[in-house]
Amino acid sequence: MLSIWLNVVVQGVLTGLLYGLMALGLSAIFGVVRLVNFAHGEFAVVAMYAAFVLFRAWGVDPLWSMLPIAAVFFVVGFALQRTLINAFVGRPDYQQFILLVGVAIVLVNGLLIVFGPDAQPANLPYAFDSYLVGPLIIDKVRVYAAVAALAVCAALFGFFRFTRTGTAIRACADNLVGAAVVGLDVRRLYAVTFGIGLACVGAAGALMVTIADPVPGLGPAYTLLAFTIVIIGGLGSMAGALVAGLLIGVSEAVAGFLIAPSMKSMFSFALLIAVLVLRPQGLLGKKPA
Amino acid sequence: MISLWRDMNRRGQVVLVVAVLAMLLAPVVATRYLLSVLTLILYFVYVGQAWNLMMGYAGQLSLGHALYVGLGGYVAAGLWVHFGIGPWLGVIPAVAIAAAFGAFIGWLAFRFGIEGVYFSLLTIAFAEFTRIGFDHIGPLGGAGGLFIPYQESRLGEWWNLRGGQLFFYYLAFVLAGAAVLLTAWLARSRLGHQWMAIREDETAARALGIDVFRAKMKAVLISSAMTAVGGVFYAFYYNNLFPAQVFEMSRSIELILGPIVGGLGTVFGPVIGAFVLTPLGELLIAVTDKAGLNAPGAKAIFFGLVLMIIIYLVPGGVWPWLSRRLGLVRRRS
Amino acid sequence: MTALLQVSGVGKRFRGLVAVDRVSFTVAAGEIFAVIGPNGAGKTTLFNMIAGVLKPNQGSIAFRGERIDGLTPDAVCRRGVARTFQIVRPFPALTVEDNVVIGALLHRTDMEAARRHARDVLATLDLHDKRDIVASSLTLPDRKRLELARALATDPKLLLLDEVMAGLRPTETDRMVDILRRINREMGTTILLIEHVMRAVMALAGHMLVLHHGAPIAQGKPEEVVRDAKVISSYLGAEAAP
Repeated sequence: MLSIWLNVVVQGVLTGLLYGLMALGLSAIFGVVRLVNFAHGEFAVVAMYAAFVLFRAWGVDPLWSMLPIAAVFFVVGFALQRTLINAFVGRPDYQQFILLVGVAIVLVNGLLIVFGPDAQPANLPYAFDSYLVGPLIIDKVRVYAAVAALAVCAALFGFFRFTRTGTAIRACADNLVGAAVVGLDVRRLYAVTFGIGLACVGAAGALMVTIADPVPGLGPAYTLLAFTIVIIGGLGSMAGALVAGLLIGVSEAVAGFLIAPSMKSMFSFALLIAVLVLRPQGLLGKKPA
Repeated sequence: MISLWRDMNRRGQVVLVVAVLAMLLAPVVATRYLLSVLTLILYFVYVGQAWNLMMGYAGQLSLGHALYVGLGGYVAAGLWVHFGIGPWLGVIPAVAIAAAFGAFIGWLAFRFGIEGVYFSLLTIAFAEFTRIGFDHIGPLGGAGGLFIPYQESRLGEWWNLRGGQLFFYYLAFVLAGAAVLLTAWLARSRLGHQWMAIREDETAARALGIDVFRAKMKAVLISSAMTAVGGVFYAFYYNNLFPAQVFEMSRSIELILGPIVGGLGTVFGPVIGAFVLTPLGELLIAVTDKAGLNAPGAKAIFFGLVLMIIIYLVPGGVWPWLSRRLGLVRRRS
Repeated sequence: MTALLQVSGVGKRFRGLVAVDRVSFTVAAGEIFAVIGPNGAGKTTLFNMIAGVLKPNQGSIAFRGERIDGLTPDAVCRRGVARTFQIVRPFPALTVEDNVVIGALLHRTDMEAARRHARDVLATLDLHDKRDIVASSLTLPDRKRLELARALATDPKLLLLDEVMAGLRPTETDRMVDILRRINREMGTTILLIEHVMRAVMALAGHMLVLHHGAPIAQGKPEEVVRDAKVISSYLGAEAAP
């Protein structure tokens, strides 16, 4: 009995790391650019399809293809922020929302036209291999994907902590006016942040292919998931996003196992509501001054 | 209502009268298909107006209004299917339950200071939560849907909302008309001014003695109750309800696009928005069909692009711009 | 004269830091009372406690004999204390008239009556011909007067003004002084000013209180207070020698 539980939790943790990576991208965009990226999940699904195509056509493993996909997503994000989205920074929430809903609709339906509405299994060669660790049976794919997600997260933490640009972006998030006063090019930093945010989603989406089949309809669900995680973790807290990702991953796995897989996201939403009411700054967020 | 009329200049009044007459007489010439499109437009005018009160006037961005449509529809349809209670009676518990949900969400949000994007996410969370819940409510059909059976014998029972296209067209017309009049009246009322003050600046509103919590609660109550009536209409018009369809976030979005495109916080914005967007959608279906692009996605892509363009170019909505251009509103002196 | 506002031993601490230290004063009905002091003296904290934004840690505030400390800002306003904001906050998308109508609606349910009252107030404040302009397109002096008009439309017994002169040029300051004097004389509204601009205070106030580091250091008629040695060294002296 205990071993079953352990299996469920481990599986949740591994999935949660991917969720965390995806949410990290949103956390950066939401926390720094203050933009409500309502197309976040849709971008993740685009990345899933990109990884899927690269694998089907040339046999590129998603664990590798996530790198070029993330790179392309960075460029796309940078360009998007520079052109379309910059005009919406500081505009009312609902206007940003409509713009990004527009983007999301275009993305989802573009996928729908190209790939059709049905799930397409990627069938990775090691999809059914697993490690046996004592009583645990752990899928290899999940381990690989989780390790890759952790690596990306570590790189990201390093970037924000140790590079000039990363520090500057954090300064923007803390104090926008101050950042502008000391001569930081806020617009460029915003574009870089949006690029990084999308690169995270790109990487997370590519890795997601290893555990879920791409379907266009997943987009809105992932968007909600990402927002849920960011808010539970605490706006502006990168560690919080990761922790909340794990929490959601585990709670979904446990709920899916205990009750019914179709009801698993009810727990995420209940958790979101509880956090909004009881601890609006999120689990690891700072209390607003 | 009188002041709504007085605020328009002669040209605006003529346009309004002609438009209302045209809508009243439309069934004489319209085909069945055209009538169904007009019914859909009027439905979106109605629910759009309900949402407009809450967002356009009180400034509370709800992205989960599909919740109230679904609750209203399910309660009335469930009472009808299981107990034979007609919708004219069933609308009362339908509205009460939806308003109770609205009150609960509002109370949570406004008591605990959940604002802005956080409020929007709270409304989404409740709608999604309810959607998944309804997937598992057996007596209401679960994920398999709830159907109102088609009974030949009851076809003329308009008092049970069992009628044909013509009946539903006029019902939608009355609902939409009532919603517009209610909005016009509220917009000029004391409550409407309190809402606008809250929308513009909550701190300043409070400093002027406005009980912000109460005013916001009234907004969410009125809006959710109104939306639930739309849900009853929806259920008896389409005769089927699926949780995945009625509670979906895309439903909430569909419902709010009209007011946003038409112009938030205006009386005629939701009307213009519905009259622009719904026919545009229908037209796109027709065109893509003709072109042999039998992909449902093509229409949606175009729709998404239109949204992006409108919000980029006329963020205040089409109506304020249009009424100025056509000179339909009296310049107050 | 009877006491309209009675502030008794009010204090406020933020994380151990004393912002306002046992301040007491009385504002009589019909007078203009000023609170002055250098930056960081606790003026705004004191103001916010009276307006209901902050709850005092100690002491009490009574308005017309009834305690108002700890009430919410809207409840304070409904009892007859209206305030303005130092950084003005008009309702930007609404017209000047609608801004004032919202104030007028506090004690009126009839829209026409509220509109008439709003127009009267606008006329008093020289804003009548700008009533159909959207508030966001007003100049700063006009916005300051709009802020005042909106507060005045709620028919307050006591008007709390948070640095209404700040940012105004001397001619505009004189105009504002004139308007405030008119409001005080003609409508009988009691005014409590928190102010930096000494010229305006001297011209208006019947009594004043000087705060320094959160504590009252002098109180009385303006002529007496400005001669007080403590006041000169802590405040006026610093101001006079820039």
